[in-house]
Amino acid sequence: MSAAKPAGDRTDSLEHVRSPNRTFGPQPPGERFEVIGKRMRKVDGAAKATGEALYTDDLALPGMLHGKTLRSPHAHARIKRIDTKKAEALDGVFGVVTGAEMPARFGVIPWTPDETALCIDKVRFIGDPVAAVAAVDEETAERAIQLIEVEYELLPALFDPAEALARKDVLIHEGNKHGNVTKEVKLEFGDLAAAFAKSDFIVEDDYFFHGTAHAPIETHVALARFGSDGVLTLWSATQIPHYVHRELAKVLDLPAPQIRVIQPCLGGAFGGKSDPFSLEFCAAKLAMKTRRPVKFLYTREEEFYAHRGRHPMAMHFKTGMTKDGKLTAVDSKILIDGGAYSSFGLVTTYYAGQLLTGPHHLPTYRFHSTRVFTNKPPCGPKRGHGSVQPRFALEVQIDRLAEKAGIDPIEVRRRNFQGAYTTTVNGQRVTSNGFDQCLNQVEVASGWKARRGKLGRGRGLGVAGSMYISGTNYCIYPNDMPQAGIQIKVDRSGLVTVFSGASDIGQGSNSVAAYIVAEELGMRVEDVRVVAADSDLCPVDLGAYSSRITFMVGNAAIHAARKLRTQVQAAVAAEWGIEAERVLLAGGFAFDRDDRSKAISSAKAFQITEARLETLGTTGSYNTPNLGGDYRGGTIGASPAYSYTACVAEVEVDEETGIVTVPHIWTAHDCGRALAPVLVEGQIEGSAYMGFGEVFLEDHDVNRFGLHARPNLLDYTIPTSMDCPEFHASIVESLDPEGPYGAKEAGEGPLHPTIPAIANAIHDACGIWLTKLPFTPAKVLAALQAQKAASGGARNGASGNGAAH
Amino acid sequence: MTVESKLLRLHVNGAPIDVAAPAHWTLLEVLRYRLLLTGSKQGCDKGDCGACTVLMDGRARLSCITLAADAVGHRVTTIEGLVTSAGLDKLQQTFDEAGALQCGFCQPGMIVAARACLDRKPEATRAEIKEALASNLCRCTGYTKIFEAVEQAVRAGKAAHIGGPAAMAPTASATGVAR
Ligand code: FES
Ligand code: FES
Repeated sequence: MSAAKPAGDRTDSLEHVRSPNRTFGPQPPGERFEVIGKRMRKVDGAAKATGEALYTDDLALPGMLHGKTLRSPHAHARIKRIDTKKAEALDGVFGVVTGAEMPARFGVIPWTPDETALCIDKVRFIGDPVAAVAAVDEETAERAIQLIEVEYELLPALFDPAEALARKDVLIHEGNKHGNVTKEVKLEFGDLAAAFAKSDFIVEDDYFFHGTAHAPIETHVALARFGSDGVLTLWSATQIPHYVHRELAKVLDLPAPQIRVIQPCLGGAFGGKSDPFSLEFCAAKLAMKTRRPVKFLYTREEEFYAHRGRHPMAMHFKTGMTKDGKLTAVDSKILIDGGAYSSFGLVTTYYAGQLLTGPHHLPTYRFHSTRVFTNKPPCGPKRGHGSVQPRFALEVQIDRLAEKAGIDPIEVRRRNFQGAYTTTVNGQRVTSNGFDQCLNQVEVASGWKARRGKLGRGRGLGVAGSMYISGTNYCIYPNDMPQAGIQIKVDRSGLVTVFSGASDIGQGSNSVAAYIVAEELGMRVEDVRVVAADSDLCPVDLGAYSSRITFMVGNAAIHAARKLRTQVQAAVAAEWGIEAERVLLAGGFAFDRDDRSKAISSAKAFQITEARLETLGTTGSYNTPNLGGDYRGGTIGASPAYSYTACVAEVEVDEETGIVTVPHIWTAHDCGRALAPVLVEGQIEGSAYMGFGEVFLEDHDVNRFGLHARPNLLDYTIPTSMDCPEFHASIVESLDPEGPYGAKEAGEGPLHPTIPAIANAIHDACGIWLTKLPFTPAKVLAALQAQKAASGGARNGASGNGAAH
Repeated sequence: MTVESKLLRLHVNGAPIDVAAPAHWTLLEVLRYRLLLTGSKQGCDKGDCGACTVLMDGRARLSCITLAADAVGHRVTTIEGLVTSAGLDKLQQTFDEAGALQCGFCQPGMIVAARACLDRKPEATRAEIKEALASNLCRCTGYTKIFEAVEQAVRAGKAAHIGGPAAMAPTASATGVAR
């Protein structure tokens, strides 16, 4: 990887804001917003509250078989022989499949296809899938997989990424050109040596972010049917139905039009359902082999092994600051533990550096991130993909520097605020940016000025900030087609059906699509129905990742609905003999702006339009403008708009036990216009919750044999109702010129600052800097002890010597 | 290969029903696979997550670690049973209104557990609500809006009480042995 050109002048003009890509600006389509920005119910809320909503495991088909997967008991081994005869002979078994029958390699990133549906020559972690069975019921399938004989030749297993990097004799993927390195990125922007030389303060530390899991309450599940028409239908709990569709075609060697992928209601994902998984291929293959529908439901334990969770990262960070609090340079070196496969690792390796260049202005920046394979469950994207880990390191270093410079941590962030409409040091275009208002909000809400540093020993407040992407213009497989599409169909009854490819994973994308279409057409939300995530019915959407859906599908929905709006306005205007702009659509009616007594229902307006025009239906789409720095990798992390978050956490440290409690977390998030404030608040609260769990409770780790240390929800502790702080969410709306009505993302950004805010609050409480997550009582006590030893019990924040290394 | 089934006389959502199922099947299995009451969810199948919570005689019970045979002689109410001809249970309404539902997978169990709580403590405080929901994991919401939804139902219950007992909608679980 070559060093990049430094980014251009910070006052770059923002030509692309007015690019040909279709965006409609922040204004309402009519006189005022009727639906957008209101506290609405979700379109599927009642169905979920009553248990009517159907999730994948709630589906059953006549003659359905149940599948089970045989998994590797070894962390690293060669498969010498697989004998499935006994399993096949078992009464009630209809089919067995092994890797040799599905040899095509797949991977969500087309450049790194290193997985097969079932292992063929080698297993690379405990839990790697080896064979699968379809039987009359789960118990029979379970018995059958026990009857499969597999002979393994054990290989040395690597669990430590540093060792995996150094060892040339043990290769986890033999074909890999760079030993056990899956991806390495080095990028440098500006003259760091000069910048450090003029710094008044420099801090340099090692940080560690541990692995964590998504732990959605619904585990992976897939149901396949191979019809007599030759169509394979797969219902799957996936957040990327389109990529599953593509990879199924490849692995099953079926023409893509013969495959239909449907994502039913989904029970949580958080990035954990962003890869194609073994069970999707196995259900499909076994359905084809047995000619009966086949369902696979992963157990909770299998869910933990399938993983794709947050990558553990060992991070060396060096940051400089002038005495007036201006950041001068950030230099990081990051070793990323990828686990056994590539997954999204190429992107992770970039995101670990590329997404750190806001909301603070970094005049110079360098990162060097290296992802290596280890014999552990594969890591992938988890909420805040790739950037949650380095954000922790950077925000803690900013606090360390602020302390040295004697500047309040909120004030120091204000002084470094990059502002709106600028370009980052790595060439990312920034449009709207409300980070300064986010800081103001958490400062006031937390009582920061009156309380910080004054709560007494053991209690403290800490702050941190962050940014995140609203989708990215790096589209995984290169193509010039739109990233998102919407189709609208109008029924004479007055019902409008919206066909959306987007995956509603609980974030409410179906609701948002309905709100937007209702807003544009002046309809009641009840009269808009959304059909989503069915490849036979809906236009392609790339999936629920990179916080792209509201931004991209939202714009596509406006585009489609506005075409229809224009048609309806023109037709009704012609009917009434007035100019089109006089026809307003709102509240379920079309009426004359200048004579409001003249009103007809939406249904009537549609009928007039259909009579005058033709069968009604429109399409809309969205594609990103060309963005990103002019260097290799410069488009990764380039987003049409960035969201910003500030967070203040309050902690209480029990210095006897090392137990830290967090009574409050205040999070202010700039999501542009909040299209659905209730949903945005839910995303902010849920993000803060997830970050909180990662700090204290969660740890996805393996023992010395590579066996998952806690593959269940009793030992892998996610926060319960009793553990959680009070989450205080507030919304900042810096209207974005390109977002749908000015909206940006809200689902991932707010997680980032939670973790460093807690770390900084712990420092405020008792003067220790914790650098290695998770912050267990043992680590807190060790740091307190080190602090005592170093300073003979000196007070609060006297020095940085208490770092727990 | 299948195990021999037993005939169980259950009482589910207000009506008796006979079900043949293997003796080792859990109540969750019988509800989901025999009675097609798929509202109760399986998140772990070992008593760790609460997604499978149902009411047995008005008390919250993890159906994945309850043998179906142990439900014989008791009144079982699932999330589906909270909907009556009078409409949705107040909690089902407030969960929707408060935006407590994201993916919704935890919600049937959560709502049922909250119902058990309010049936015993109609004026439950936030601390009591937190405690009552402690064995129901939600991975989406951070619980904030869930607490608000239950509190809304508490307030609605109080208001209904002031307005006279007739205004209070009966809940399905009220058919159980209230405690
Ligand atoms: S499924 Fe019963 S507690 Fe998780
Ligand atoms: S709403 Fe998704 S787990 Fe609770």
